[in-house]
Amino acid sequence: MFGLKADACSIPMPEVYYGLDDYAKSTARWCPGCGGHSILAAVHKVCKDKQYPPEKTVCVSGIGCSSRFPHYMGTYGFHGLHGRAFPVACGVKFRRPDLHLFVITGDGDCCSIGAGHWVHAIRYNMKMVVLLFDNGIYGLTKKQTSPTSALGTHSNTHPHGSVVPPINPLQTTLGFSNVSFVAQTTDWHPAHLQATIWKAADHPGLAFVRIVQRCPMFMKDLYGDMSADPNSLILLNHEKGIDLDPAIAKSFKRNLDHDPSDLGAAREVAEIHDGIPVGLLYQNTENMRYDDYGAHNLGMSIDDKSKALDALLDRYAI
Amino acid sequence: MDKHTLDVLDSSKGHGTKQRNKIDQAIVEIVSDSGEGAQKCGQSLGQISAKMGNGVWTVEIIPAEIQPPARSREGASGIRVRFGAKKITNMGDHAGLVVALNEQVLYGRLRQNAYKEGTVLLIENKWATDENPEIRRQYAEALTEFRSEGFDVREIPMETECLKLVMDARKGKNMWVLGLLCYIYDRDMELAEKQIHLTFRKKSQLVIDVNINLLRAGYQWAEDHLDVHYEIPPMKVTDDQVVMNGNEALSLGIMAAGIELCSMYPITPATSASHHLAEHFEKVGGVVHQAEDEIAAIGFAVGASYAGKTAVTITSGPGIALKTEFIGLAVMAEVPLVIIDVQRGGPSTGLPTKVEQSDLTAAIMGQTGDVPKIVIAAATIEECFHFVILARKLAEAFRTPVFLLSDANLATGVQPFKRPQINRDWFSLPIDQSAWKEGIRAFDWSPETGISKRPIPGQRGGMYTLTGLAHDENSKVAYDPEINQRSSEARSRKFAAFQKTLKPPTIHGDPEGDLLIVGWGSTLGAIDEGVEMARDQGLKVSSIHLRFLFPFEPGLADLFARFKKVMTIEINYSDTLGDPMITPENRRYSQLAWQLRARTLVDIECAGNVYGQPLGPGQVLEIIKKQLA
Repeated sequence: MFGLKADACSIPMPEVYYGLDDYAKSTARWCPGCGGHSILAAVHKVCKDKQYPPEKTVCVSGIGCSSRFPHYMGTYGFHGLHGRAFPVACGVKFRRPDLHLFVITGDGDCCSIGAGHWVHAIRYNMKMVVLLFDNGIYGLTKKQTSPTSALGTHSNTHPHGSVVPPINPLQTTLGFSNVSFVAQTTDWHPAHLQATIWKAADHPGLAFVRIVQRCPMFMKDLYGDMSADPNSLILLNHEKGIDLDPAIAKSFKRNLDHDPSDLGAAREVAEIHDGIPVGLLYQNTENMRYDDYGAHNLGMSIDDKSKALDALLDRYAI
Repeated sequence: MDKHTLDVLDSSKGHGTKQRNKIDQAIVEIVSDSGEGAQKCGQSLGQISAKMGNGVWTVEIIPAEIQPPARSREGASGIRVRFGAKKITNMGDHAGLVVALNEQVLYGRLRQNAYKEGTVLLIENKWATDENPEIRRQYAEALTEFRSEGFDVREIPMETECLKLVMDARKGKNMWVLGLLCYIYDRDMELAEKQIHLTFRKKSQLVIDVNINLLRAGYQWAEDHLDVHYEIPPMKVTDDQVVMNGNEALSLGIMAAGIELCSMYPITPATSASHHLAEHFEKVGGVVHQAEDEIAAIGFAVGASYAGKTAVTITSGPGIALKTEFIGLAVMAEVPLVIIDVQRGGPSTGLPTKVEQSDLTAAIMGQTGDVPKIVIAAATIEECFHFVILARKLAEAFRTPVFLLSDANLATGVQPFKRPQINRDWFSLPIDQSAWKEGIRAFDWSPETGISKRPIPGQRGGMYTLTGLAHDENSKVAYDPEINQRSSEARSRKFAAFQKTLKPPTIHGDPEGDLLIVGWGSTLGAIDEGVEMARDQGLKVSSIHLRFLFPFEPGLADLFARFKKVMTIEINYSDTLGDPMITPENRRYSQLAWQLRARTLVDIECAGNVYGQPLGPGQVLEIIKKQLA
């Protein structure tokens, strides 16, 4: 009719459409007010908007409050060992380029017991989104000093105040070889949090996102006031940066122009202490990816394998 | 056994004659400082002999350092080659002939009881005229000492002869020595020259030519100057054969199993398996991942396996210690994984280049909590190949980590065996990406067998979160006290189900008698040969060799009941009754003995030591005699 083909007006619809419910599973058992809840909601939203098939999505975590995360996802999950999310995630990804990977780790998990793997995961630069839930305290074991606790933090292991200066996870990550994506956001700005995870999910390599997270149970004072103060966040502006709705961008009181292709400038941003810079500190899409190497000879047939093995055995024949 | 060899080597008998004496076997050592190519020389001799149809076993003598100080007694680097008219299954006891590139390294081997009265020592004589008077003194003193101890010492002008052909005799002396040995043992020179072509295939024609000239010169010199000349008839071998060391066999087994990923961290003596894999794995669709540490190595393999890709991690004692937590996770979350442990001396850093069978307890019980899993041990180089295939299948069938134990003796030992006929069923299948069957849970433990099928990421409807926390059939964290008990029962029952599929071990010797020797791992050849020697002397002794260490092969207690005494012989530590403080109550047993005692309630005796040396058949004979005295 009217020279149009029958389906010319219809909107192409995927065979399966995933709703938010498809990414959710069981009720999150974090404390009320914990930053984890909003991060979980943001990941659900990004997965849904990207229509990642839940069966093709894997969330890998270590141990700690944050690492319960995979249990609350309707995807595949791996809740492993303290500090060892990175090696597991890298192993999952190495020969499975088809899977979408999220790594969920905390400040103790990533920056203390698993710090050795952190260095190398950044160097391997395999495609995955790494979410560092950084609340500056050990929560699950009930308030011990973490490697990111500010100097002088009172905790059960340092009742008179912590005595060693903290690790700066941004600066540290920016210092690792082959680093390709470093961003920072907070749990209390859902729009920015989502936009950051979206950008991270698009990155061809390992996207490291430090999420400044509140712990109302053990570190009420750390970000409690900041989260209520619009002056505490400094939005990093750039056309290559996080793609934020202009109306929302306008709501930030403090802004800083920052080119995320400039590693030196990113290191200066990482040292800002009179506020929390949020946005993309650094991105390089050209870096070598170890998962490309890992997947280079996938899918060889058993016939080809046995032929190659037979030829190899010839070398040992007598 | 090498008595025959020694008789013929007796210099009083052979002098001045050129006759070839037929002998049924020989044990030869080449020892030197590190980097003088002794191992290449011995490996070549082994290869040539295997190609001539002789039974062969070679074992490397490796110092702990890469380049220990020259002429040091502890720095002996080299190789032992045992070859004969029959199948050779172990390194034997005392060498009949030794080529030493300096006299000092012999002291280290003497201390290890590698030689005995009458052993022929062919020693480089350049030290007699060294410009350093201290070295001249040492040389003279050593030779006097060796002669007084009854060794048949011959001074050989290796350096002088090699310098006629090359500028630097340090490079090439090994091939001159190979020529010398080819004359002594009447080796096929055409095969020897082919072997040189193979050894130096990556080098220039000039290098090959020089080495062939050295080989020929060594042969000629021996013909002109030596009275020792033997013939060792070949075996009648009808099967196609391959010859390799145990680590190469492991590597080829990994490929034959269709494993796609080897995740490792360098550690002696396991690493050479990964070297071999790194060179060839690509051709069969696999990749080696060198991880940042031992923990990451197993974590990476666990991750890959969780994602459906067959994986192996290969290490040695200290690596196993570091991997402990991940092994526990793999047991708890039922992740299939092959863990290869090429055992070395322990505990801690221990004896990195020496053999021990000390990781058995760690493999079976070394993790915290209740950690049942399959533990198997290869007894021969051929089994190093086939057991990887077995381990991979068991890991997947029973959804479990499987330990495959090898050791430094198998790792560097070289032996010919029947060429594997490649079977398509060995290879792992491509991962299942079909939709997960509705209603089946992630851990749907069968009440009868404890076995469950696992979903693989990518399977629609199979989504679950693997966890090391106690969990129910849906992999949900257990808050109910019943769940941990129930899931532990399922994880244990799998191995009872597996045990039902095993056959009792075969007995070597009569099914009843005065003494039964029980062994495991690389000691098979030495124990069998030692038991044969004892039986030839009329002793009523038999042996069995266990391949399955957890669970055990069935019927052990019944089998033990037919012998008056049962004992294990192992290369690991045990207390000796009669030593200070040691009583039957506080005595610590060798590791298999301990397991057998606990699991069969039989009063098992044991003999174990930690000298770091492979077991010899003569040692086995001595132990048997002492036990039956």
